[in-house]
Amino acid sequence: MLDAALQPVPRKSRSILPGFGLTMGYSLAYMSLLVLLPLAALALTAAKLSLPEFWDVLTHPRTLAAYRLSIGGALIAALLNTIFGVIIAWVLTRYTFPGRRIVDALVDIPFALPTAVAGIALTAVYAPTGWLGKPLASLGIQAAYNSTGIIIAMMLVSLPFVVRTLQPVLEEFDPELEEAADTLGAGRISIFFRVVLPALTPAILTGFALAFAKSIGEYGSIIFISSNMPGKTEIAPLLIMKRLEAFNYPAAAAIAVGLLAVSFILLLIINLLQAWTRRSASL
Amino acid sequence: MLQPSRHLALLLLTLLAVVISACAPDRPTTKKATLLNVSYDPTRALYRELHAAFADHWRATHNQSLEINQSHGGSGKQARSVIDGLEADIVSLALAPDINVLHTKANLLPADWQSRLPHNSAPYTSTIVLVVRDGNPKSIHDWDDLTRPDIKVITPDPKTSGGARWNYLAAWGYALRAFDNNADRARTFLAALYANVPILDTGARSAANTFVRRGMGDVLIAWENEAHVILEEFGSTKFEIITPSLSILAEPPVAVVDTVVDRRGTRDIAEAFLHYLYTPAAQEIIAKHHFRPRDSDIAAHHAADFPSIPLLTIEDFGDWDRVHKEHFADDALFDQIMTARR
Repeated sequence: MLDAALQPVPRKSRSILPGFGLTMGYSLAYMSLLVLLPLAALALTAAKLSLPEFWDVLTHPRTLAAYRLSIGGALIAALLNTIFGVIIAWVLTRYTFPGRRIVDALVDIPFALPTAVAGIALTAVYAPTGWLGKPLASLGIQAAYNSTGIIIAMMLVSLPFVVRTLQPVLEEFDPELEEAADTLGAGRISIFFRVVLPALTPAILTGFALAFAKSIGEYGSIIFISSNMPGKTEIAPLLIMKRLEAFNYPAAAAIAVGLLAVSFILLLIINLLQAWTRRSASL
Repeated sequence: MLQPSRHLALLLLTLLAVVISACAPDRPTTKKATLLNVSYDPTRALYRELHAAFADHWRATHNQSLEINQSHGGSGKQARSVIDGLEADIVSLALAPDINVLHTKANLLPADWQSRLPHNSAPYTSTIVLVVRDGNPKSIHDWDDLTRPDIKVITPDPKTSGGARWNYLAAWGYALRAFDNNADRARTFLAALYANVPILDTGARSAANTFVRRGMGDVLIAWENEAHVILEEFGSTKFEIITPSLSILAEPPVAVVDTVVDRRGTRDIAEAFLHYLYTPAAQEIIAKHHFRPRDSDIAAHHAADFPSIPLLTIEDFGDWDRVHKEHFADDALFDQIMTARR
């Protein structure tokens, strides 16, 4: 998905590059071992349920509440990260300032941070007794142990996906296009919205999709900053853990399959949207 | 390059060595033995010391060096790891059902595992106490104080934390006693208590973290040994332990995993280790780590550390199967209470 966004669509149907069979074989084998086989095992486990049982698990009020929270939270986190990720990527590629490389390196920290560490650190800051949580609480804003805290954790772990997707595209973006628009009399705001933004849209959508996918599956950091209340602040991955804890493997797998299906549909829509924007941009 | 004759000599020497070693099976073995003890979170320091003490004991009595490795995590998760193939010679978990599943789900040990060692295979016990902030500002003295509307209670989710099931059962047992076994009123009591829980952490350690470091809540429901660890770590000037009028005897059991020790040939050492846990030397270490010893002499010696309070046992509630069905199964009492909160 990432590569597709960054490279021009090949016009040719047959490649002149040798080694297609070999590399394709390795790719398929690798993908099967890492992705497809575990997914198949998941589907098989869920298939131990009959269809009505499967449906009952998915439509249980608690499952629905967990889906709403996980999907809704991930959408909000991805949206906010997309807005601020664009700004961060813009700052990092367009300006030189002291410490730029340090800021650039900081963006990757959430990739490397063990999620439990991220959760404990976030809670230390945002809990009502924390450095930021305390002043916020005096303003009547609670930033931990509720859905706000969950979204903050999702934003932390998924930020690098947006920034790192946008950066190369912004670096490649030809400043002459902006200069041309400028000489043709376009204002600065209209240059950004009518020249720069359309060129960035496919990458923005990719970044959004990656951030959404990462947020929806996040578990380790969220359980520390969430109050984990059933039906309220219980994310879908935690509900899956609870079903596992009760040795209810089929129900756990069913909830996971449902979550994957929704995520897959949303990612598919984003991909289609991306193809559409790329087509309309090249017209 | 070796000459053919030297090849032959080497081969003969090797054969000779093999024959000699095969002819002397009762020679004291000096090969280092290893065991893996898969345990739950709060026993890390306890077992580090017990393993070292037993390794010394084993070296002295059997002239064999021994290394016991330990793995810690949530009790239920550890049980699943063993079922999924973690080669545990020994399991020492928070509650019997977590070892029982090794029999029911994977047949790794026999059904009667719990009667193979004294005291329900639990060489040490603990109980559930209340930890409050210094000076007990909300004057919390017993379980019924936890249902007051001005109290915030920190306790982990019994669905994800095996240890927290003891917390829940202690409160349930208190309520049954207080209301003459009226289950409806006990249920209302428990609902009021859990309505005061603002955060359901997934494990005992993260609940302690929420209470101690994040400053959330007025009271933490904790295992007695964990409560002492909190006081040791943060100083008794910040927290106090409140012993309720009634609590529960938490029995964390131990067992040898038969299929693993038979395959690895470690049954003798593993069984010897579990028996060693009942000896005065081990019981003294157990008391030092704030678990209640089974040995009455050692217990008497440490009587000041372990206040004597009436303790319910799991038998007072039937057995674990029944307790699980009534309280912790999906949509059972705990889920009903939490859903009704909305």
